[in-house]
Amino acid sequence: MTVVQIIALAAVAVGGGAVALVRDPLRLTLLLGIYGMTLVFLFFSFQAPDVALSEIVVGSIGLPVIVLATLRKLADQERAHETDRDAGD
Amino acid sequence: MSFLPYAVAAWLFVVGLWGVVASRHMVRTVLCLTVIQSATYVLLLAVGYRSGAQAPVVADIPPVTPLVDPVMQVLVLTDIVIEATVTAVLLALVIQAHKRFGSVDPSDLRPLRD
Amino acid sequence: MRPTGTPVTRRARLTLFALAGPGLAAVLVIGLRGLPAFGDYHAVYGLVVTGVALSMRHATDLVTAVNFDLRAFDTLGEEYILFASVLGVTLLLRVMREEDEEYSVARHDMYGSSDAVRMLALLLVPLMVALGIYLVIHGQLTPGGGFQGGIVLAAAPAAIMLAGRYVEVKALAPTWAVEATEAIGAAGYALLGLGGLVFASVYLRNFLPAGNAGQLLSAGFMPLNSIAVGLEVMGAFLVAWTAFLDQALLIRRRRRGNQ
Repeated sequence: MTVVQIIALAAVAVGGGAVALVRDPLRLTLLLGIYGMTLVFLFFSFQAPDVALSEIVVGSIGLPVIVLATLRKLADQERAHETDRDAGD
Repeated sequence: MSFLPYAVAAWLFVVGLWGVVASRHMVRTVLCLTVIQSATYVLLLAVGYRSGAQAPVVADIPPVTPLVDPVMQVLVLTDIVIEATVTAVLLALVIQAHKRFGSVDPSDLRPLRD
Repeated sequence: MRPTGTPVTRRARLTLFALAGPGLAAVLVIGLRGLPAFGDYHAVYGLVVTGVALSMRHATDLVTAVNFDLRAFDTLGEEYILFASVLGVTLLLRVMREEDEEYSVARHDMYGSSDAVRMLALLLVPLMVALGIYLVIHGQLTPGGGFQGGIVLAAAPAAIMLAGRYVEVKALAPTWAVEATEAIGAAGYALLGLGGLVFASVYLRNFLPAGNAGQLLSAGFMPLNSIAVGLEVMGAFLVAWTAFLDQALLIRRRRRGNQ
């Protein structure tokens, strides 16, 4: 077990704990991107470049676009529901 | 110390599960599922690792160097891409649930009946 | 359809987790203790693959060799998992009876973004296309392959959204083109397997000549497999992204009465 692997494992453990604790979904998206980067560091230290490349691409392009579009849609729907409730629908 | 990767995998699994159970926002539930899935990646790669071995790309190293197990890496690689699409399906369900129930709290979800 | 029944409260969930969580953690730790120590490698299959892949298939990236040739049948299954879940996403996010799509241009302009973001996104688009094509074609030589390169290729039209307006992304990558790309990729992979059946009497067996290791046209049909998977992943992610972005930017519930 090299020192790099120990540091990477510690970073992943701290990142996973942080993701489970944060409440606000927008901050959670950003934190998830950072957690993906710690995972990439871990995969490189485990001598797995293909896996690290896959996680870079998915964690910075694949997931955040979908999550941010979902959050935007939920915010718009929340506003539409509120105007409906105010209008006494 | 050689148990550390497995301990981290178990910790990520339990912590992710706690995040799923204790969440008040459905998007947080779905994103904590990602943490549970990453626990399996760490476990699979730790099983396939070989001390003092190199990455399984043999372009410019002598052919007798020991290499890390490539089969485990194949499992994790496709798993990561599939995780993104499964999260997409779950987030689509979250959008539709919000349209029906008007709330993102998982405690407000109830079965629909005629 | 109305919601009925009692919901599961957060307190009930937390109580259940407080009872079951420590048990789960204990069982995981006890179970994982039975594995051989980290770095102590005992399995046989990996040793066979590392000994055989270079000499038999002349491929230098062993992970892609296992993915697209030695275990190509698993990749077929996983590709179709991708296909099916994107089908589920488009089904769940279709335009419902009480909604319609608005094409007002003002909503789709990235009005909050600065000129720096737009210029950077515009500069990145050709770089991403080049990087994506490189990753897909060089799958059997360097780390990369169809899965990674496909997502990078899909990010190029999405970056146009950052550089300008969403309707231009829809004009550049219309729904029929993106769905056709995905279908061609998925069908192409299965048909390459048929080539193996016809020429080498085993489905998905490598039937093209292996060539010289390190050259672009080597390792049999691995580059073709990689291209098929790259097209399919690119199409799948673009379909999923446009479904979500349509919901976020275009589709609105029809106002009852006044509009």
